[in-house]
Amino acid sequence: MAETAAWTRKDLLGLEDLSRQEIELILSTAESFKEVSTREIKKVPALRGKTVVNLFYEPSTRTRVSFEVAAKRLSADVINIATETSSVRKGETLIDTGRNIEALKVDIVVVRHNYSGAGIMLARHLKASVVNAGDGWHEHPTQALLDIFTLKEKLGKIAGLKVSIVGDIAHSRVARSNIWGLTKLGAKVTVCAPPMLIPPAIEQTGVSVTHDIGAALKGADAVNVLRMQFERDDSLAFPRQLEYFKSFGITRERLEKAKKDIVVMHPGPINRGIEMSSEVADGANSVILEQVTNGIAVRMAALFLVAQANEAINGKAAD
Amino acid sequence: MKQKALIMDGAAIQRAIIRIAHEIVEKNKGAQGLCLVGIRNRGVYLAARIAACIQKIDNIQVPAGILDITLYRDDLTLVNQQPVVHKTEIDFDITDKNLVLVDDVLYTGRTIRAALDALMDFGRPRSMQLAVLVDRGHRELPIRADYVGKNIPTSKNETVEVRLEEADGKDEVVIVETDG
Repeated sequence: MAETAAWTRKDLLGLEDLSRQEIELILSTAESFKEVSTREIKKVPALRGKTVVNLFYEPSTRTRVSFEVAAKRLSADVINIATETSSVRKGETLIDTGRNIEALKVDIVVVRHNYSGAGIMLARHLKASVVNAGDGWHEHPTQALLDIFTLKEKLGKIAGLKVSIVGDIAHSRVARSNIWGLTKLGAKVTVCAPPMLIPPAIEQTGVSVTHDIGAALKGADAVNVLRMQFERDDSLAFPRQLEYFKSFGITRERLEKAKKDIVVMHPGPINRGIEMSSEVADGANSVILEQVTNGIAVRMAALFLVAQANEAINGKAAD
Repeated sequence: MKQKALIMDGAAIQRAIIRIAHEIVEKNKGAQGLCLVGIRNRGVYLAARIAACIQKIDNIQVPAGILDITLYRDDLTLVNQQPVVHKTEIDFDITDKNLVLVDDVLYTGRTIRAALDALMDFGRPRSMQLAVLVDRGHRELPIRADYVGKNIPTSKNETVEVRLEEADGKDEVVIVETDG
């Protein structure tokens, strides 16, 4: 598949800049890494002696733990920094925090930030590898990669698939990364949301737009249901939530009109009864927990590839 | 890069594989409790061929697994071309088995060291043995093969290329002069 592709980037910041071959290389590497988690000893020494810092400026359970597990399965040492209890509270800038972390001779910084482009800015200032774990409304590359990996595992291919992304497209970095990744691999993507949650000119990315949930589900091979991001927009708060569920929530009744084996995805955490009913979240079409499992393999691949490329670029130690 | 000499042709490779299969069966007093693990890439094909020969000799289907040692290497930065990580496929328990590791060329011993590390994570075989089609010398670690198809004295600016039908369309072993 991606035999001839090579990974030469020290960072993974988004899917917009990646070629189809580079995306396929991450996916095929992740496929190999998935087997490691099925062993009795779930560990390989590929990143022994490397240090990974999780620098999270926003709350996260799934992504941070997933990166931590991935790093540990590659035998890296992991340091978690939650900015609420760090010097960031004293006014330290992102770049200064990054440089100070780098002075501790770390090799990879996994960063999540509420500002779009934070990862890109940090990567420009550091010799260490930077992996974007979500920056504002911009991108969340590893989430999209694990979504695509799960789809490919379930349906055997990406090219030609009809994938609908439903929900808060405007505020969603997951949606953006998914759109870049899926369209590059040849999927047909439709986004579905109320008009206020569709960003202007989104059609330029090659997707179709609908405001009708029935149309989004009809004929779709998969539906990726996004979280309503109340923390980013107060106007989405109750009672609009109930209104949203009535018009756009994924329910069993709505799924009955879709393909029988439609794959239902959600990046988590789910707002049950707002984005989808519990019946759907826990039902036979849902691959939500498989997404979490696949996240480890995808993040192992990401950490391994950037570390390897960085050694080639900067020599043995990124100091 | 220019080819210096043809060391083994298809028939010679086949004879070596048959002999190695007989030696394995003899040394282990039959094929009971035996398993093979081929190191990607060409070790996998050699392991499959040895397993087929053992079945003819002892009428036992010996399990053959696939090992990718990329994640266990200590020289990832020294290889020119970025290695692609492939799947390891050992779908049988290696604990208490007599395990024969199979590779195409034994050179510095570092690949085998990585393979031994990897296999330790899968279980505790009763014994581990090593079968290679070619031993070209220049060992950097205290590792030796139990079964050797052919010993080929080489210089360090030469490369031994094992080509197999399954991967390369024909069976042959050649020595290639590198530019270094």
